[in-house]
Amino acid sequence: MTSASGGGEFEQFRQTFFEECSELLAELDGQLGVMKRGEADNEALNAIFRAVHSIKAGAGAFGFRQLVEFAHRFEAVLDNLREGKLSENPRLVAILVQSSDVLASLVEAAQGGQETGADFGADVIADLDALLESKPAGSKPAMPVAALPVTARRVRIDFEPMPDLFRHANEPLLLLRELRQLGACVVTCDAARLPLPETMEPDGAYLGWTIELTTAESHARIAEVFEFVQDDCRLVIEDMASAGMIPLLAEAAALPASANASASASANGSANGPANGPEGAERPNVPEPVERARTSGAEPAKASASIRVDLARIDRLVNMVGELVITQSMLAQQISELALKSGGTAPRGQEDLALLTRELQDCVMAIRMQPVKSVFSRMPRLVREVASKLGKSVRLVMSGEQTEVDKTVIEELSDPLTHMIRNAIDHGIESAAERRANGKPEEGTIELSALHAGSNILIHITDDGAGVNRDRLIAKAVSKGIIPPNTVLSEEEVYELLFAPGFSTAEKVTDVSGRGVGMDVVRRNIVNLGGRIQVQSIPGKGTRFTLIIPLTLAVLDGMIIAVGSERYILPLTSIIESYRPERHSIRSMAGGMQVAAIRGEYIRLVYLHELFGRPGTATPPNEGLVVLVETAQGAKIGVVVDELIGQQQVVIKSLLGNFEPVQGISGATILGNGRVALILDIEELSRMGRPVSAPPQTQAPLIAAA
Amino acid sequence: MAKRIMAVDDSKTMRDMVGFTLRKAGFDVVEAEDGQRALSLLEKTRVDLVITDINMPNMDGITLVGRLRALAAFRSTPILILTTEGGEEKKAQGRAAGATGWIVKPFEPDKLLQVVNKVCPA
Repeated sequence: MTSASGGGEFEQFRQTFFEECSELLAELDGQLGVMKRGEADNEALNAIFRAVHSIKAGAGAFGFRQLVEFAHRFEAVLDNLREGKLSENPRLVAILVQSSDVLASLVEAAQGGQETGADFGADVIADLDALLESKPAGSKPAMPVAALPVTARRVRIDFEPMPDLFRHANEPLLLLRELRQLGACVVTCDAARLPLPETMEPDGAYLGWTIELTTAESHARIAEVFEFVQDDCRLVIEDMASAGMIPLLAEAAALPASANASASASANGSANGPANGPEGAERPNVPEPVERARTSGAEPAKASASIRVDLARIDRLVNMVGELVITQSMLAQQISELALKSGGTAPRGQEDLALLTRELQDCVMAIRMQPVKSVFSRMPRLVREVASKLGKSVRLVMSGEQTEVDKTVIEELSDPLTHMIRNAIDHGIESAAERRANGKPEEGTIELSALHAGSNILIHITDDGAGVNRDRLIAKAVSKGIIPPNTVLSEEEVYELLFAPGFSTAEKVTDVSGRGVGMDVVRRNIVNLGGRIQVQSIPGKGTRFTLIIPLTLAVLDGMIIAVGSERYILPLTSIIESYRPERHSIRSMAGGMQVAAIRGEYIRLVYLHELFGRPGTATPPNEGLVVLVETAQGAKIGVVVDELIGQQQVVIKSLLGNFEPVQGISGATILGNGRVALILDIEELSRMGRPVSAPPQTQAPLIAAA
Repeated sequence: MAKRIMAVDDSKTMRDMVGFTLRKAGFDVVEAEDGQRALSLLEKTRVDLVITDINMPNMDGITLVGRLRALAAFRSTPILILTTEGGEEKKAQGRAAGATGWIVKPFEPDKLLQVVNKVCPA
């Protein structure tokens, strides 16, 4: 951790280091030149960062302190730029260029073994510090608390690994071995949790150990043994003889290692406070290091408004709360049935429990929520980069960056957004000349906005470009063989072509948009998140893509439907309407397909019991109900059901852990009565049982979304 | 048989230093200059420990850790990431990806060996 001035054994690599430095400085110089021209993309920025970072790392190994400290500031600024905390501007670029000059001089000085003045590059350093919000991040090593002499004593260590410990490939036996190097150990293994062999998970964590260590090493040193596993185990390290003792007396008492001292000590724990006495500075590290070991090694305790939590823990919490919600609604149902039978009223507190459970669920979900800012913040750079590559002038206006959405959703948003914004600049915004000719400002505008709507997040990507050119789109689709010539298409179906695999509307495949991923991939990404994409376009005025994505992947607003004795869940977002068709509006087609006419449109009817091979009576649609659902592609089908049971927020349980994927089913949930209901996958349903000959999206004219 | 360690770093200085220290301590060392190269080497070579830098072109260290952990053959292979002081965020990302532990740069030879011995005794 400390960088000794000599660098010792690494001296022989000095030459390699300086050779590498000159390569890195050249790379740095080149990439900064690119940035100066405003053409730096993410890769260029990463290369700049890596160059500075590598110089810093090497310099540290050889103990070039001044070089390290400067590189550290430089790197911190670059990191902020990379993270979007700083944005690129001419002044910033100028500072970076100056910094690279200073860095080069410092490398040169280090190589020649010369001294640079202590204030060398002070003005640049001041600039960098100002960019770091006048808080020099400081390259001070985390100072270990001054090691006080500690005499040999007995320390009790309770160590119980959790499964994550093994997932990180840590090995308890190695830790025990390491402990032995600190002193004599008496190890007791607690195997009480060990299950029978037939129920044992191969990667489960069942054992725990209690170690009585006799050592003169400090608590920090003992805790260091567990440095890599402290988050993956239950760990308590405490002095057996002196835990809770009055500090000043503790050391004396610890000398003879009197084992029974702890009993009397625990009774007067409150006496700790005022006992610091005149020799406070020399206060032995008895109770305090115990605290440290429990928290986090030797890190300085920082007051912070946030803590970092392993995602797996949150997922477990979300899952448990999901179970709790299910259990609560099961209980509620049984209680109200009992109450009905006995003629009494439901016990008090039941409603409160329901309310609290929901609130708890919301709170837990909120933990996983993050503002979309982390994705949005990458877009200004992208817009600059793409626009300059294409010689277009484009302004990006963003709003709603603070809108929150599930972390998983955020991660999956980046690629689709990147692609759609590239597309908007490349295909949407016209060239400056064209815009001028059409009486538009030369500078195009792209608006990126996010907002909540119910349990969805809406993300709009709007450009003020030329709009979708219907005729060109159709001509292109015909030439690509996607649709037969002379097909009559509704507006939605024309937009649908944008998402056809292998479709690109650009006259030529540019290196900006034509990267092999098309809008079909974008849509697949969005559909995988349970969302969909809508397109609106006005020729000459612009185009708007709207992404509608559920806020979380863990719960779903669903409609419970009954088909025979089965219960299924339809995602509420896909339902357009439900109705009871007239008998005469239902037609049978060749191949056993049935369609229902509604407002001049034919909708294919889907019988779930047929699809899933469930026995049961089929209620004719004109006696039951038809639920009209729409897929993300805009295809519609009518699901024939006996009854709509009701709307409910359901906790999604994956089937994949226990079953092969079932076509048409996206998951399962447990209803209030304890029964399992399958969640229907509308996309797959619309493909299942479709006559093979019908082309995908052109079965029937589509109506505007209701 | 000597234990084999893969050292992944885009900086030759770093690779040299890590390699030198470990070889001197009796380990067999395989070097790779980025994550992608490491992955393709590891298809053919079994190692007892992987030590990887984080910032690298082509494939960064965090991605490499995730990719290795997804492979059955590397599920229980210890992986150490090289971080710099104050790199708490990287450390957390590395752990989330499945890293066993970390080495803080710059390091002394003894410190490197101490951490290596912790997870992969010679």
